[in-house]
Amino acid sequence: MIAKFRTHLNREDITKRALLPYVLRQGTALNPSRAEIESKLDELYGAGLGIDGGKRGESHIMSFRLELANDKFIPNAPDMMQAGIELLKEVIFEPNVYNSAFNEDVFNREKETLRQRIKSVKEDKMNYAQMRLIDEMCEGESYALHVQGYEADLDSITAGNLYEYYKNLLVNDQLDLYILGDFNVEETKQLAVKTFSQKISEEIVTSNHAEHKKISEPREIIEEENIQQAKLHIGYRTNCTYKDPGYYALQVFNGIFGGFPNSKLFMNVREKHSLAYYAASRIESHAGLMFVFSGIAPEDYNKAKEIIELQFKDMTAGEFTEEILEETKGLIINDILETLDHPQGIIELYYQQVLSEDNVSTDEMIEHIRNVKKADIVEVASKIQEDTVYLLTNNGGGTDA
Amino acid sequence: MHKQLYETIGETLYKEKLSNGLTVFLLPKQEMAKTYAIFGTNYGSIDQDFVPIGQKERIKVPEGIAHFLEHKLFEKEDRDVFQDFGKQGASANAFTSFTSTAYLFSATDNIMENTKTLIDFVQDPYFSESSVEKEKGIIAQEITMYDDQPDWQSFMGTIKSLFHNHPVNIDIAGTVESIQDITKDDLYTCYQTFYHPENMVIFIAGNFNAEEMMAMIQKNQAAKTFEKMEDIQRFYPEEPETVAEKKKILEMPVSIPKSIVGIKEKSVPQDPLEFIKVDLYLDIIMDHFYSKGGQFYQDLYQSGLIDSSFYYETSIEKNFGYSMIGGNTEQPDEFAEKVQAQLLSLSTKVIPNDKFETLKRKKIGQVLRSMNSVEYIANQYLHYNSIGFDFLQLVPVLEGLEAEELNAFLNNWISEDRLAVFQITPEKK
Repeated sequence: MIAKFRTHLNREDITKRALLPYVLRQGTALNPSRAEIESKLDELYGAGLGIDGGKRGESHIMSFRLELANDKFIPNAPDMMQAGIELLKEVIFEPNVYNSAFNEDVFNREKETLRQRIKSVKEDKMNYAQMRLIDEMCEGESYALHVQGYEADLDSITAGNLYEYYKNLLVNDQLDLYILGDFNVEETKQLAVKTFSQKISEEIVTSNHAEHKKISEPREIIEEENIQQAKLHIGYRTNCTYKDPGYYALQVFNGIFGGFPNSKLFMNVREKHSLAYYAASRIESHAGLMFVFSGIAPEDYNKAKEIIELQFKDMTAGEFTEEILEETKGLIINDILETLDHPQGIIELYYQQVLSEDNVSTDEMIEHIRNVKKADIVEVASKIQEDTVYLLTNNGGGTDA
Repeated sequence: MHKQLYETIGETLYKEKLSNGLTVFLLPKQEMAKTYAIFGTNYGSIDQDFVPIGQKERIKVPEGIAHFLEHKLFEKEDRDVFQDFGKQGASANAFTSFTSTAYLFSATDNIMENTKTLIDFVQDPYFSESSVEKEKGIIAQEITMYDDQPDWQSFMGTIKSLFHNHPVNIDIAGTVESIQDITKDDLYTCYQTFYHPENMVIFIAGNFNAEEMMAMIQKNQAAKTFEKMEDIQRFYPEEPETVAEKKKILEMPVSIPKSIVGIKEKSVPQDPLEFIKVDLYLDIIMDHFYSKGGQFYQDLYQSGLIDSSFYYETSIEKNFGYSMIGGNTEQPDEFAEKVQAQLLSLSTKVIPNDKFETLKRKKIGQVLRSMNSVEYIANQYLHYNSIGFDFLQLVPVLEGLEAEELNAFLNNWISEDRLAVFQITPEKK
């Protein structure tokens, strides 16, 4: 089961929203220590509990996830569903609070945990390069906000004002609750409604339509660090989000361009020129962005960039076969169907409908993908603009570029 | 075709060893949309000293060759196999570990065709001088990618501190230098020895008909010929019980130091059931002391020595085993000392009966939950099959574990000379 709290991304609250999952995960009023909450989970046959925050376009979503084993396979097991729903409620609504503030010790300790988390973002170079690209490309847009928060904000957050913010979140965020599994629907529904009835607000968060930013010339940003492999990340404006009619064509575009191991980027950057181990693309469907990323030898920067740009040009010119078009559609459809085998995947697909305020069923999605024609792809491609080229390279590598 | 029903988990498994030696496992799961197939060989990065099939003299091949071979099998004279899977709507992949290499796909359609493609591409190698040369550039980038990852460096660094001679202390992909020596002929030699059906297993889980699938695989295999296979002779150097290096520090561009305590496991029992018990004991012990509710975890947490990156892992194979406890910490030495002191104190600790029952129950729940995933079942089955254990029997084995035996294991688990510390510290400017 997953409970999702959603609101608009904003700079002021992002660090608080990054910190909350850490604090809430440490315990509740009833089970105030980490050891107690873990032993509660152990009693439920090793149930899994996770709390995380993430961004989708202009929204920030905080998810509480609880996974339980099916009691059908466990002789003499307790009523797992009831116990699970109650535990989830406890974790969300009944935190370890004293005098209108989170427990001070837990709060201070978790603030340090987040501080170290923020500092260590640099370690994963692929993520770091992607973050830097978005910093530069989307400067001033809410999409550029760092989901892990900002170290500079930490000092002004207190156990008291974080609790204030938390209460505010319970009232003002949009809450969606999903329960999936092998159980009696009516009974579980009643139980969930009864248990979660204290979330009274019927707040619906509407999506801001991403503004399409105008770009004149692509920018190039090169930074240096003591690394072996350079990271080349390119950001594009697709001028097309999930709300636009061309969205399915954009998905197929991305598939042929760099979405799969038979795509143009993989076949050319990797297989033909052996410049990289990975070279791929992906789209951000809410903010209208597309990214290319590849790890290359620092001296191959210009060559790799040229090859990537050539593949992009071929895509806009419709230089791809009907055969690859059909194959790619098949692969996208396969991905959708495979997602439906995972409980978390099914929930994410349904939640996508909430985010897009659009009840497209998976069957309809598949139908839309199937109907994409070459001309649709060329059409959607003509709107995609290269925005920023970001290179993280080795010390001295920037001067050869 | 042998059919077995596992009532505790509601699954049915079909098994057959074909006349050419290939072992086939089929686990139909009609409630799934997807099918996952994995075709693996009992051959990994540690197998570099052996007698090739049909020969008498033992040879030593360059480091990283098993992984190189995995890459090259995807390329044929006229095409890349990814394209074949792409045409059939499947996503394919492969991996190489210390002890095995495996090829896999998942798909929701064309399951028979995709299975045939999987078997045929793995059983039809095409290596040429030029394609081997070309691959060196790609793999060099894969290796440098790992060189820049502090987590991978801390893992391999700890392994190197633990093992003196055992080839587990060599990077799975080799080094940029070692792969330069790999030739087309080396690849064929390794291929013919280790990719013999006798040394391979295929496991398929998901939405398909078991009878039709088995018939297709039998027919496919009957149409191919293979040399006669004797047992493969593999050689591993003598390995002392003690660690190679007690403490080592590596400088890298990290923001927060990393500190890892490595435990070199004693030689593990060869009997499958005894092996699996040790595997489960290690899991339960780590869980009891170092999972987030555990007493040792709490001590480290309250002393401010760990953050959310804290982790532990344990892995045992037929001829080596290791465990690690580590993470990011501003006080790498204090962390290492405290963890080592905790571990040494285990010789007198006891896990009480009721706590042991809860731990068992937790583990059973986790296994059952994970079994929702066809990937998980297939991968685990293959892994345990290599030591001769039937993974689908894991729940009954778990249920039968006894606290007394676990505590005896716990008290004898740690000794000072099998502990090592590996740290990564920020570069000095």
